[in-house]
Amino acid sequence: MSAPTASPTIHNRTKGSLRPARLRPSDLARLGGYGLRSRPLRAVLSALGIAIGIAAMTAVVGISASSRADLDQELAKLGTNMLTVSPGKTMFGKQATLPDESVAMIKWIGPVQSVTATGVLSDTYAYRNDRIPAAQSGGLSVLAAKLDLLKTVGGTLDHGAWLNAATDRYPAVVLGATAAERLGNVPAVYIGGRWWVVVGVLQKVLLAPELDSAVLMGWPAATTYLGFDGHPTTVYTRSVESQVEAVRAVLAPTANPSAPGAVQVSKPSDALAARRATNATFDALLLGLGAVALLVGGIGVANTMVISVLERRSEIGLRRSQGATKGQVRTQFVAESLLLSLLGGAFGALLGYLVTGMYATTQKWPTVVPLWVLAGGVGATVVIGAIAGLYPAIRAARLAPTEALAAT
Amino acid sequence: MNPLATVVTAPDTLVGHPVIELAGVTKTYPGGVTALRSVDLVVDYGELLAIVGPSGSGKSTMLNLVGTLDRPSQGTVRIDGHDVASLSDRQLSALRARRIGFVFQQFHLAPGRDALGNVADGLLYTGVGKRERERRAEAALVRVGLGDRLTHRPYQLSGGERQRVAIARAVAGDPPLLLADEPTGNLDSVSGAGVMKLLRELNEAGTTILVITHDREIADSLPRQVPMRDGQVI
Repeated sequence: MSAPTASPTIHNRTKGSLRPARLRPSDLARLGGYGLRSRPLRAVLSALGIAIGIAAMTAVVGISASSRADLDQELAKLGTNMLTVSPGKTMFGKQATLPDESVAMIKWIGPVQSVTATGVLSDTYAYRNDRIPAAQSGGLSVLAAKLDLLKTVGGTLDHGAWLNAATDRYPAVVLGATAAERLGNVPAVYIGGRWWVVVGVLQKVLLAPELDSAVLMGWPAATTYLGFDGHPTTVYTRSVESQVEAVRAVLAPTANPSAPGAVQVSKPSDALAARRATNATFDALLLGLGAVALLVGGIGVANTMVISVLERRSEIGLRRSQGATKGQVRTQFVAESLLLSLLGGAFGALLGYLVTGMYATTQKWPTVVPLWVLAGGVGATVVIGAIAGLYPAIRAARLAPTEALAAT
Repeated sequence: MNPLATVVTAPDTLVGHPVIELAGVTKTYPGGVTALRSVDLVVDYGELLAIVGPSGSGKSTMLNLVGTLDRPSQGTVRIDGHDVASLSDRQLSALRARRIGFVFQQFHLAPGRDALGNVADGLLYTGVGKRERERRAEAALVRVGLGDRLTHRPYQLSGGERQRVAIARAVAGDPPLLLADEPTGNLDSVSGAGVMKLLRELNEAGTTILVITHDREIADSLPRQVPMRDGQVI
């Protein structure tokens, strides 16, 4: 062989320097953005899929969180210390009644702050006028109400006046919000063959929605004109907040000591919360749709990256000739993919927040997007970006430098 | 800063020592095509030479082997004292980053970057910080006579200017060895002559330059020619 061996001094001088230089994080970030900047439209379009997925998921969680925040605010205003007592079934399956004195008995429970009651007038219906056929009762109930009902259930008047010591003895009624809608703006309603003057209309009562579709009259008037039996059918109580559960335990035996099993006790605030919670299944469906959008978005990013690697073979070859290691080429493309999907994720989170804000505003809810959703969204995009970019990046790194340079 | 990243031009003491040593090098591609047959070649520091031959003569394969972009099937390739066979892919990358500069026929400039950015990006893998890369890039561009074209994008430059940017990029890190693959192949004769003049100047400043060309005229203008045919040095 004609080639002389290199002198040892040269060999030693350079041998130690053959360690590839590390890419600085700032250089890596710039490298990741390089491909995106050279084809901005493609970057935006492929990030859009991710953005839609994240936006959908953020909005779904945000809207339900906003709804819950609104409920919490309402409940804080209305209080969660209301319990209602109503007759259940007797042991023999018949409709039970509450004893007339149950209201007075419940008042004796120490922590109970207020008690009131309504009584259903069975087979009694309210009509707009005397020419409506009896069968068209409109689904409205006629209730006898104690004067302190409104205070205990936290109801407010839309207009007019509540019953007072005078009007509760005479044919006068107050309409629930839904009842007023159905009957129309009438000066009087026709009940039991007699005209009853409408003295007031209630707003919706959240903790006692049964009052919305009711026509309320005074207890004495109901007895006098409609033969009301005087049995309360719903007793509303307010208790000291810390004692609500204790009161709940003794309400049934107090209301009907002879048959506590025939008494139903419920906590309307819980029912309200449960009703809102039933939306959870719907949320899960939308969340699933968001996840599908995210998956499709991830595939879009992967596709973009694969194409990008194919198109940029000569760039890869050039970088390899400039001393990029396989790892550095791989890192560059993973960084590009991460950046692309983070771009989509950030835009999606913003979009989701705006959608939540818009929807919440129309519903008069507070806008609440939990921080974990935003963090989770960004985290998800990082994972998606890494997965989507990994395969194209590995392909880019495996490309032989000579082959990459041969491509034009 | 990584002190190892600072590259020094081959000092005078290296002149007369080989920077490229090929001994019995054969390259056979998968599929049985033999591009090089038992080639021996020694190039000393400070030389300026042409590998000349028609297409298919194996000169591109020579470039890939000398540039450590590929490994021989048989024989030994030593670049700057390193036996390529004993180096890992990572080590070869480091060798290319600090010891070898490439100039290609197609320039391979990034269209979205100005001249300064293109040259500075060439130093990305040497471990030098951004500001220092830009400082060296500017110096290299001034050196190739493009001091007034720093912020021009490739499409705003003539072919000859583009190749000068590519040469600036290759020499910005002061590599002892510069490999130029058909550097005038895409240029008119005036621009081509300018590029060859630039290469001669760089050589006078100490850089070893190996030009690969099919053009006899260009080869004859250089101090040494290595003619090739059918994968062999003739």
